[in-house]
Amino acid sequence: MPWDRSKMAARAALELEDGFYVNLGIGIPTLVSNYVPADYDITLQSENGMLGMGPFPTEDEIDPDLINAGKQTVTELDRTSYFSSSQSFAMVRGGHINLSILGAMEVSETGDLANWMIPGRLVKGMGGAMDLVAGVQRIVVLMDHANKAGESKLLKKCTLPLTGQAVVDRIITNLGVFDVVEGGIKVVELAPEVAMDEVRQKTEATLVG
Amino acid sequence: MGKVYQDAASALDGILFDGMSIAAGGFGLCGIPENLIQAIKDAGTKRLTVASNNAGVDDFGLGLLLQDKQVKKMISSYVGENDLFMQQYLAGQLEIEFNPQGTLAERLRAGGAGIPGFYTATGVGTEIAEGKELKEFDGKTYVLERGLKMDLAIIKAWKGDAQGNLTYRRTAMNFNPECATAGKVTIAEVEEIVPVGSLDKMAIHTPGVYVQRIFQGAHEKRIEQRTTRAA
Repeated sequence: MPWDRSKMAARAALELEDGFYVNLGIGIPTLVSNYVPADYDITLQSENGMLGMGPFPTEDEIDPDLINAGKQTVTELDRTSYFSSSQSFAMVRGGHINLSILGAMEVSETGDLANWMIPGRLVKGMGGAMDLVAGVQRIVVLMDHANKAGESKLLKKCTLPLTGQAVVDRIITNLGVFDVVEGGIKVVELAPEVAMDEVRQKTEATLVG
Repeated sequence: MGKVYQDAASALDGILFDGMSIAAGGFGLCGIPENLIQAIKDAGTKRLTVASNNAGVDDFGLGLLLQDKQVKKMISSYVGENDLFMQQYLAGQLEIEFNPQGTLAERLRAGGAGIPGFYTATGVGTEIAEGKELKEFDGKTYVLERGLKMDLAIIKAWKGDAQGNLTYRRTAMNFNPECATAGKVTIAEVEEIVPVGSLDKMAIHTPGVYVQRIFQGAHEKRIEQRTTRAA
């Protein structure tokens, strides 16, 4: 049975290592924070200018000066530090953040990522995504294997404008876990009861190994 | 020469002109110079080029300047929360230059630090790098981005003093320190002007040299996405 969103997030949480500084994208990646192992020391970075992001506030704790990169109200922790936008992206671009987990519209077999615009549709902008994929040590994409029309989102070549070139290390979809390797995409793990045949049928990218 | 002004309108006196460029601090609606934006709307200055991470919402923040079509061009990383923006953009009345968020922050920082350009890996291989100089360092390709210097910077801080020293509160800091340095003239609005000497000298975020004018204003601090957990 393919993974649902929660199971995808739970699987993505296995990418975390004790002591990591992590940036989570908007959408399913945000759910990953619910599955951090209790004995792990993980610090979440929010690119609008905070390290050590806490959970959503209670009604009494709401502070308009305290939001995350999705503009949602959040809370601080004892470890929290605040900084300006250039400082925030210095730690991103400078490779000081260990892992970023983010969503995608398309990923290519060479690790290209497209997640910021669809030509002909309203373009809202890339926000910090281009900086994150270019600078963070390891990029894990969390996305459905196919789009709503049933077409593979794991492609030989992206059709949409890129967010980054050769930036993705690993892709976690509802069907399994895949790595970008020399020559194509390697199947690392399949979701329970998902057969290799189904993956082959639903993947346009070259599968290797 | 005193830096302290009564309000936004007096702080802007003699500074605004049609066709000028403005750097505006804030992320979403957090830490935006609410009073200065309103005063620029009231002044009716036209054909503005505004560098700001976002463009506010329809009826608040920089969205107010769109209502009377005062903005010619935005330099932003994300404008998804503003319908009016989209209408004017699609009608060809408004130009947008998308900058990756970190690139925008660094362009303002560099511009304010006297650095005319810098190389970054952000955007290499994407349409952001098209038409820009590429250069290889240690086997990796980088794109040249330009520093940004603007006619005016409008920023919001938490506390400030008559010297222009500023501190920001939590994530309301965001782009404000970079904008402060990138303005030929920088005007800061603060929640509270405190006596010189009362700010912690070791915790001043923006030293007064960057700030030419300062005033105290009231702030609505509208929340864009109110998210809570059960108590």
